[in-house]
Formats: sequence, C-alpha cells, structure tokens
Amino acid sequence: MKGMTVIVKTVAGWAKMLVFLFGVYIILFGHLTPGGGFAGGVILAASYVLLLLAFGRRFVEEDLPLALDSKLDCLGALAFALIAVWPLIWGGGFFVNFLLKHLPESALNLVSAGTIPLSNIAIGLKVGASLFLVIFLLSVFSDDHGTKTRATGRIADPKE
Amino acid sequence: MLIFYALLLFMIIAALIAVETKNLLGAVICVGAIGFGGALMFLFLRAPDIAITQIVVEVLSLIILIRATIARHVTPVSGDREFVGAVVSVAIVLTLFVAGVKVLDALPPFGDPIFVRTPGAASQTYLEQGLRQTGAANIVSSVILDYRAYDTLGEATVLFTSILGAAAILRGKSRKLVKESDA
Repeated sequence: MKGMTVIVKTVAGWAKMLVFLFGVYIILFGHLTPGGGFAGGVILAASYVLLLLAFGRRFVEEDLPLALDSKLDCLGALAFALIAVWPLIWGGGFFVNFLLKHLPESALNLVSAGTIPLSNIAIGLKVGASLFLVIFLLSVFSDDHGTKTRATGRIADPKE
Repeated sequence: MLIFYALLLFMIIAALIAVETKNLLGAVICVGAIGFGGALMFLFLRAPDIAITQIVVEVLSLIILIRATIARHVTPVSGDREFVGAVVSVAIVLTLFVAGVKVLDALPPFGDPIFVRTPGAASQTYLEQGLRQTGAANIVSSVILDYRAYDTLGEATVLFTSILGAAAILRGKSRKLVKESDA
C-alpha cells in the first residue's frame, strides 16, 4: 500500500482533521446531543482509516504506532472499569453516579450529568482504538508487495 | 410463580438430556430448548427486549450448531418415519404461523408506545425522571451509561474480548506469513 495521488493525500489530510474533530465533539457532547462513546469512537477510527487509505500503511504506522494504539485501547477499558468500581470503594454501589451530588441543577451544561461524560470519553477511546487496531491488522493481509508484518505487528522492511 | 417452576423444570430436564444423550443432534436441540426456555422466562419477567435478544442469539447459534452437527453425521429417515416427520413439521409450522398472526394482533399500533398499555413500565420512569436523576439531556445516554451502565460494561467487555481474539488470530496468520517469506 503505497498511498494515492497528491490530490487525494492533501484532501484526506484536511478531511482527517475535520472527521477527528467531529468524533471528539460527538464524544464530549454525548450527554447533551445525539451520539456518545460508541458512535464517536467509530468516527475517530474512521478518521484514521481515511488516513490509512490515502497515505498507506507505513505513514499511519508512524503517525499512530500499534503499541500506542493497543495501550489506548486498554486505557479506555481500564478507565471505564475504574468509573464503575470507584464509588464501590467510597461507600456506594457499583456504577453509582458519584459525581452527581456535587453538581446539582447544572443540567444542559457541558460539565453536567456526573460520570456520564467520563464514561463516554472512556468508551470512545476504547472503541476508537480497538476498531482501528482491527482494521489495521486486516489491512496487513490485503498487501502482497513483499512487506509482511512481524509477529509484533511491526512493519518489516522487505530488504531485511 | 407456577410458570417459572414449570419452565425451570423443563430447562433442567432438557439440560440433563443434553448431557446424557448419545445422539449429538438431540443434544444440540436440547441446548436450544434451554435457551428458548430462558427467553420465555425473560418474557414472563416483563423484559421483552432481553427476550428478543435471547431468541435471536439462540436461533443463530442453534442454526450454526445444527449445521455443524449435520456435517458430522446425518441420520437417514425413510418410509413411515419420513411421512410422520413431514406431517409433524407441517403441523408445527402451521401452529407457529397461527400463533404469529395472534401475536401481530396483540402488538400495539405504530406510534403508540408500549408503556401506555403497561403502567409502571421502566421506560416511563426513565422518560419522566431521566433528566432530574442523571442530569443528562440525552435520554439515550442517561439510560446506557447510568440506569443500565452494567449492561454497557458487559458490551465493552464483549468488544474488548472479540478484538483481542481477532488480533490474536490475525497475528498468528501474520507469523505464518513471515515464516513462509523467510523460508
């Protein structure tokens, strides 16, 4: 996968930023407007898929290394689990919205709804990272120009 | 309450048959019966959405399991047994059809929410108290991340596990590719 022409690359570079920003917006405003962690995460992954299609695998590998991607995936899952367990430690129930009592009467603000925005961010991180991971791993096999990945996921140089 | 005990008894008997029988196809069908018993149980517990999920998953897995079993060995049926089998199959399909028509009659018309018919349904509470109790203007968000956050945790875990499995399989393939290219 060598990437496409200069025109496609330029447009994709701009569009990727817009798509990424839109994904961030969908996640951050998930408790106010339609959307949320799952939808926003898919949009985040889609922005990098656009980059993958336009620039080729090697460029995306440098932009977002697979090790970092899987770390982000685990971080999202861990954050969501922590949000679930945190109130349990401080004398509440599992998944109690523990921030809500500190923020009364703040509905319709960006900072409102207690743990719901935090959960949205965690889920968005998790879904986006893991979806992109799978698409990247699948893209490795559509390529038969001699570049094969190592078991670690690193791109091997064909001359190696 | 009696219906739950009857369903439980049915499911336990089906589980015992599934474990003990020598016929592989019979065992698979018994496992399916357990799943449909569970779906009926959810229906009587007034959780139709979970019952629908259960039925869909059960039908899919049953089809896959039966397909896998038939590929292994198939029992030939001929003569009188074939005739009886055909009659029973047609009777079951007709019964299901008549029951389906009845159920379609009982469904609420389009645009008429179901909680109007069943007062005390959870959805009514979510709609009325959602903003006050969770502070989230997006009611969907308040349901999936507050009222039913446990369910969402399960979904996230399923996603995590499936991605892990897919990555493991794909990496095994890539290791093979590397070995072949080295050789």
